[in-house]
Formats: sequence, structure tokens, C-alpha cells
Amino acid sequence: MKKVLVLAAFALVTAVTYAGGYRVSLQGNKALAMGHTGVAVVNSSESVFFNPAGLVYLEDKISISVGVHGVFSNIAYQDAETGANARTDSPVGTPLYLYASYQATDWLAFGLGVYTPYGSSVEYEDDWAGSHLVNNIDLQAIYIQPTVSFKINDKLSVGGGPIYVTGSVNFNRNLNRTLTDLDGNRANVTVDASGVSNWGWVASAMVNLTDDLHIGATYRSEIILDAEDGDADFENVPNSPLTPFADTKFDASLPLPAEMTVGMSYDFCEKWTFAFDFNRTFWDVYESLDIDFANPETPDSKNARNYKNASIYRFGMQYEATKMFTLRAGYYFDETPVRDGYFAPETPRNDSSNFTAGLTVNLGEHLQIDASFLYSHFKEVDASYNYYSENGVSVPFRGTYKTNAFVPGLGLTYKL
Amino acid sequence: MKNIYKYTFAILAIGFASCEPEFENPVTDDGFYSSGTADFSKYVSVGNSLTAGYADGALYITGQNNSYPNIMAQQFDFVGGGDFTQPLMNDNLGGLLLGGSQIAENRYVLAVGSNGNPSPVRLDGTPTTDITNKLAGPFNNMGVPGAKSFHLVAPGYGNVAGVAAGAANPYFARFASSESATVIGDAVAQNPTFFSLWIGNNDILGYATSGGSGVDQTGNFDPSSYGPNDITDPNVFASVYSQQVDALTAGGAKGVLVNIPEVTSIPYFTTVPTNAIPLNAATAAQLNAQFAAYNNQILPGLVGIGVITPEEAALRQINFSASLNNYPIMTDDDLTDISSILLGAPFNLPPDLATLLGQLRQVKSDDLIVLTASSVLGSTPDPNNPLGIIGVTIPLTDEFVLASTEQARVTAASTAYNATIQALAGAKGLAFVDAKTALSRVANGGVGYDGGVLTSQFVTGGAFSLDGVHPTPRGYAYTANLIITAINDTYNATIPKVHIGNYGTITVTNN
Repeated sequence: MKKVLVLAAFALVTAVTYAGGYRVSLQGNKALAMGHTGVAVVNSSESVFFNPAGLVYLEDKISISVGVHGVFSNIAYQDAETGANARTDSPVGTPLYLYASYQATDWLAFGLGVYTPYGSSVEYEDDWAGSHLVNNIDLQAIYIQPTVSFKINDKLSVGGGPIYVTGSVNFNRNLNRTLTDLDGNRANVTVDASGVSNWGWVASAMVNLTDDLHIGATYRSEIILDAEDGDADFENVPNSPLTPFADTKFDASLPLPAEMTVGMSYDFCEKWTFAFDFNRTFWDVYESLDIDFANPETPDSKNARNYKNASIYRFGMQYEATKMFTLRAGYYFDETPVRDGYFAPETPRNDSSNFTAGLTVNLGEHLQIDASFLYSHFKEVDASYNYYSENGVSVPFRGTYKTNAFVPGLGLTYKL
Repeated sequence: MKNIYKYTFAILAIGFASCEPEFENPVTDDGFYSSGTADFSKYVSVGNSLTAGYADGALYITGQNNSYPNIMAQQFDFVGGGDFTQPLMNDNLGGLLLGGSQIAENRYVLAVGSNGNPSPVRLDGTPTTDITNKLAGPFNNMGVPGAKSFHLVAPGYGNVAGVAAGAANPYFARFASSESATVIGDAVAQNPTFFSLWIGNNDILGYATSGGSGVDQTGNFDPSSYGPNDITDPNVFASVYSQQVDALTAGGAKGVLVNIPEVTSIPYFTTVPTNAIPLNAATAAQLNAQFAAYNNQILPGLVGIGVITPEEAALRQINFSASLNNYPIMTDDDLTDISSILLGAPFNLPPDLATLLGQLRQVKSDDLIVLTASSVLGSTPDPNNPLGIIGVTIPLTDEFVLASTEQARVTAASTAYNATIQALAGAKGLAFVDAKTALSRVANGGVGYDGGVLTSQFVTGGAFSLDGVHPTPRGYAYTANLIITAINDTYNATIPKVHIGNYGTITVTNN
């Protein structure tokens, strides 16, 4: 029996990519298993993230979901013109989430979510061919979101809440393609800022067209993380007034773009649910990554990004196979926000096709184990970043990239 | 149940970590690039300082890492190249010790002086490379700084006992296989499958950088009688060069030969302008008055008595003007020495004046003033005599000027060497690199690359290091690309070239 179910779970896998830019779409094992759909799905407190308006429809008085994903992402780079090649050795990312909901009355629910929708962790070998653009980056943003959900009538509910974000960034790269100290060690800078915080908000609505057909919409606001007085640590800089790079402070702004999601879910044949979500991420706010060094002698670093708004199309299926097992599968297509000529190796993202699957195991009345798996497939792509310059001359960084990601996840849901 | 998931998760985690993305055609796959008809499994480079990676007036580790043979060897790695070893120095200072006493200076770095102007200075520090410490060879890079063509076949050139007397080479002494070893013998003993040979530069360079103070030995077939600044006879060059090529190809190795660039391509000769003495009207008039008798009476008088030709008299005229562009005065060994005549009747000049005028002329626009003259020209060697200015009242000595006649000797010799090199490459079916044409392109307008234009401009041009003679890492990378191109053409190979913009230029640092 078990064997059949596992096969069934994989048979449900439909098609193919990973979130563009530094968006990390891993906000719940149940939803991820269904292609990270959920704006119109009501099945757990994951709705705190996907659609707060849906919380009021949860059947349990209290529902708590916690989980973790293991992000195994790899980037391979090569330049056939010179033979230069590199592979990332990025640490395994472990984004966590926690959602809790409480049904106060039949028309009012409260919730709390802690999740990490943005982040990036990429580690190339130091001094690789693109080390003047990035050696390594670690970007984290933790969202904390108290939530309230109102049922206006049987057809309509609304929800939302403020979001508090605390983030950190650590970014290292070489100062240019050639500067070294006397012993040939490449001059580099690490910028580090943590505890950078700001506020945003989320608002959503859910409409029940019939008992089985739901539509939802969620808007999560843009949040700009303004790092002030971060530490810029310069290493291996020659002792010369011609290379004025001493340790200093820096200011920089990193936008966490707004995201609009609309979608539907449809329950059919008793045990089946189909879900579709459409995400639009407003990446156009990310025009440039500018690092403003406090030391006036040190030239500021301007890095054009010029992202464009991008869409994600998500499809998911759920099948309540037995009392014990619920099976899920999904697919989403994730458009890159990166324009031609702006393909920077710190987030080398082209369009991706993403396949997901997972299951929930009911252990009695109160406890569920949620497992999911995501495979992100990126086509091999020839790309370049054309906005690095030396002495006023543009020096494109070209090459071929091939990226993939494997993300297993495991979570627990407790219901009372 | 829980445990099953835990283990499953752990096993998956191990699996995914090893699941690397693969290119359809990885550059690291055998066959992505082709070695053509050549075999790079054992590459040995033979040559002088250029091959060793010498730069900034010294040999030091990072310079060696950027030697053109090492850059090439890294690209050969894509087509079956083997390990490439070099006799690395002990530090990045670059100076040499012989039994504890320093015999070669540290490298130059670009330092900003108290006046805010950057200039090359020797890097402070006590060097740690003692040439009596023998390295365990053999080394693929057999580049020996200072070697002339005939040195490569000279037994004992690596005998440390001969270094102090100048009979042996301190760099080769570090890694010669024995006291009687030859450079070429140690190279051939490694059974190279591929070699590069770039030799002959020093056969003219010492003469040129010393302002022609050596002797043009054309016609003298005995190199053991040559001084360090002499020009090697082209027949001697042809003889030893063909010996070397024969030895290197005897085992069936393929290879590449590189010819000799013009000295006028290098900033050592093109940086100091020939006419940069600024004079005001009063000083110019005063100087012209002082040289009036020399110009108008002495020189015509000497022509009259047949001591000098009218052409020499014209060449020796001294004229200053109120401008920024006066030519300095100099002594020229190739002029008739008239000092003894001037002591006697009818001139009866005092000895110091007779000596001053003995071989005096003004620098001409077709002369080349060497880089090291920049700190001499306009200086006042006697602090008590502010009027004793070198180039104005004290002639620039001959070693600071490569006169046009001297340039002609250098050009004649290098043209002959290059004919030998190209003919041998053709006869043996070896790849040939026209470094002369390539470097003149760098010197005349420059060569574009992905970060600008590579030129021979001193300090800023990117091609030449702070000694004005040897390339920077970027200049060596450019050289490596030239050689790879020639290899690809000759042997039908597809070895990838490098981006020269990834290679550095000069090093800035204040002591």
C-alpha cells in the first residue's frame, strides 16, 4: 500500500524552475508540495503567509505549523573563450517558518507568522574569474507578521497585518580584477550589516464562490532595508595614497519587493483539490545596489541591477489518499527579473521550471508530519553582466551558467 | 516512523549535495579544446629574464607566477598539459644574496613621494633568496635572467663559484643540475614534448641600455672575449641558436620560437624626451655666448685642418633658445676626441675646457635618452656649484644616450638574429612568434583589450613594469596569447587564450 502511494506521489509531478532574484519561495511544506500555491487554499496555519483572510475558515481552535527546508543550490560557470570555470560551494540554506492561528470566534481569527521570503547564500571559490563581482554573499531577511482575519459573511473574508523585518547582509568581493598587495593577495572588501529592520504590511481577501471554489488575493508590501553604518572591511590593500581603501562604515539600501498574488482553488471528487496561483513580484524597485562608503576618499560602489517585474505561475494538486496520507504535487514556472546584460553572478537566475511533491502523514487527531521536495531546473544560459567598468571602460563579465536546486523540507503541524 | 523520515532526510541531503549541475559541453572535458598535432604533456620553456617572469628590476614570486610560460602552462592544462614547475624565489622582494651578502637589488614599486608625485623606488627589506641554497630540480621553466644566446650552451654558467667573478649566472646557480651543467642540457634532459625558446634579447639589450657603452662584436666569433654590454656577432648567434633548436627537437619535441623586439618598443628608451631642458632668454643667451667660440671658430678651424669632417662639425653645433624644449649637451664616444688638439696651439684652451669640448654635442631628436637619465638630467651634482647643471653646463655622459649610430648597430644585429630565428622555425616546422611586430604595435598606438588599451607608456600604459624593460603580468599575458595563437595556427590546436585584463600591471606601495 505504502509503495503504491509513493509512486502515486511522484506520478502527480507535472513539470519544471526556482524563484527569481533573491526571493526564496519556501513558506510552508504543504504549500510548497503543491507548487507553492496557497492564496485560495485553506488547510493549515500556513495561510498566515499565503492568505491571512483564509485563517478564519480553519476548523481547529489552534493550529501551529513549523518547518524547515534544506536548500541545496549549485551554480556552475564556464567561459569557453578562456576555459575559466567555477562551481559554487554554497552552504546549505535552512530557511525556517512558524505559523500559528487561533480562532477567537467564528468570525475572527488571530495569527502569527515568522518566515524568510528573501535571502541568498552563494559562495564561489575566492578569486574565481568573477571575483570582482562577488566572492560570496549571505543575505537574510526574517519577517515577523502578527495577523488578524475577519469573516464578513460566508462568501467573503479579509485579513492582514503589519510585518516587521529584520535582516542582515554579508557580501565579499575583490576590489577589481587585478589589485593585490605585495604578495599577490587580491584586495577585497567585505561589507557586513546586521539587525537592519523596517516595517511593512500584508492585506488579503478570500471569496468563496461555492463550497468548493475559492479565490484569493494577497498583497505584501515592499520593504526597503536601509543598512546604515555597516562595517566595510578592506583586506590586502597596498599601502599607498593611490589606493585609498581603509576600513570604514557604509550605507546601502536593499529592496525587498512587493508581491501580489491572486489565485483559485477547486475541490473536486471529494478528495481532490486543484490550486492555481499567479505571483507578480515588483522587482523594478531594485535598480542598483549602491554602497556608499563613509570615508570620502573611498570611491562608492555602484552596481546597476535594473530588475524588471516578474511573474510566477503556480499549479498544485492535493489528494487525500487515506485517512493517514495526503499527497501533493505541483509545478511552477518562475520568470527571471534579470534583464539581458544584467546577469550578475551573485544571483545568476534565468527562468526556471520547478517540480514539487510532498505528503502529509496524520499521526492521530492532533499531529501531522509534512514533507515536501522541490527540484528547480534552470536551462544552461549564456549571459553577461555589462555594467562593471574599469577606468570608465565597460568590462562585460560573460560566460555560461548552469544552476540547479534541490530542496527537501520537513514540518510539523499541531492542531487543537 | 519519525526515524524513517529523519534517515530519509539525511540520505537525501547527502545525495543532493553531490548533485552538481552539468554543462552540455564542459570546458573541463577532454576534447573540448584540442592540442592539435602537438603534445603538451611535458612543456619546457627556455630563455632569459622574459621567460623567467622577471619584472620591476627583479625576479620575485608573484612575477614568476605571471611569467608567460606559466600562463601558457595553465592554458595547456585544458589540452593535456602536465605539471609546470618554476625555480621560485624565496620572497616577493626579489633581491639576491650570495653567502649572505646582497648581490641584486629588490624590485621596484611605485611610491608616492612627500611631494605627492608617484615614482619608482626600490622596495625596502632584506631579501631572503640566497643563491647558495640549491633548489631540487629539474624545473619546467628554464628562463635565466641575464642569459645571452651563447650562455645557454656554456658549461659552468650555473656554477655558484663563478658568480662573484661574473663568470656564472646567479639565477642559474640556484637550480643548475651540476656545476658544469648548461641551460640547454638541463632543458633537454627533461625530455620535453613541447618547448618554447625566446633568447637573444640580451645579446643587444646590454649594449642598448648602457647607451652603447659596450662594443659591437660583429666580426668577432669568440663570445668568451665579449664584455657584458657588447653586441653578439650574428654568426655566433646563428650558430648557438641552431644548436639549441637542434638539441630541443632531437627527441621529436614540437615547439615555438619567438623573435627579438626593437629596443625602441620599450619605455626604457622612449620615456625621457630628448628635448626637455627649460631655459629662459637670459640663460639661453649666456650659454650661446659661451659656446659661440666653439661653434664659430674651433669647429670650422678643425674642419680646416682636416681633423673633423664638415658633417661632424655641423653635428657638434651647440644652440640653446628661450623655450622648454632645449636638447641637453652630451659626450658621444663616436665623435672625434679633440681634447688634446684643443690643449695645443692655436687653441691653447685650459685642460677642463678642452675636456668638456672633447666629444661634445647636443642630443638630437633621433637619439634615445635612457630611463635612468631622468634622475640625472637637470641635477646639480656639486651642491656648491648651482651653475653646474647636467645637460646644460655638464654634458650628459654617453651611457645615458643611445645615439642614432648606436641604434643602427642594435637594429642591424637584431635584424640578423630575427632572420635566423624565422628561418629555423620555417625549416623545422616550428611555430614562430613575431614579437617584434607585436610589441611595436603596443608601442605605436597600443592594443585594445577588454578593459582599455595596452600601451608602452611608462607606468600607466599597462604593458611594461617599473624597470621600463620587462613586461608587467598583463604584458606577459599578452605575450602568452601571442604565443598560443602561433601554436594554434601551426599545430592546428584550439588552446584557449586568457583575458589580459585579468592580469595586473605595476605594484603601488609606499615603503
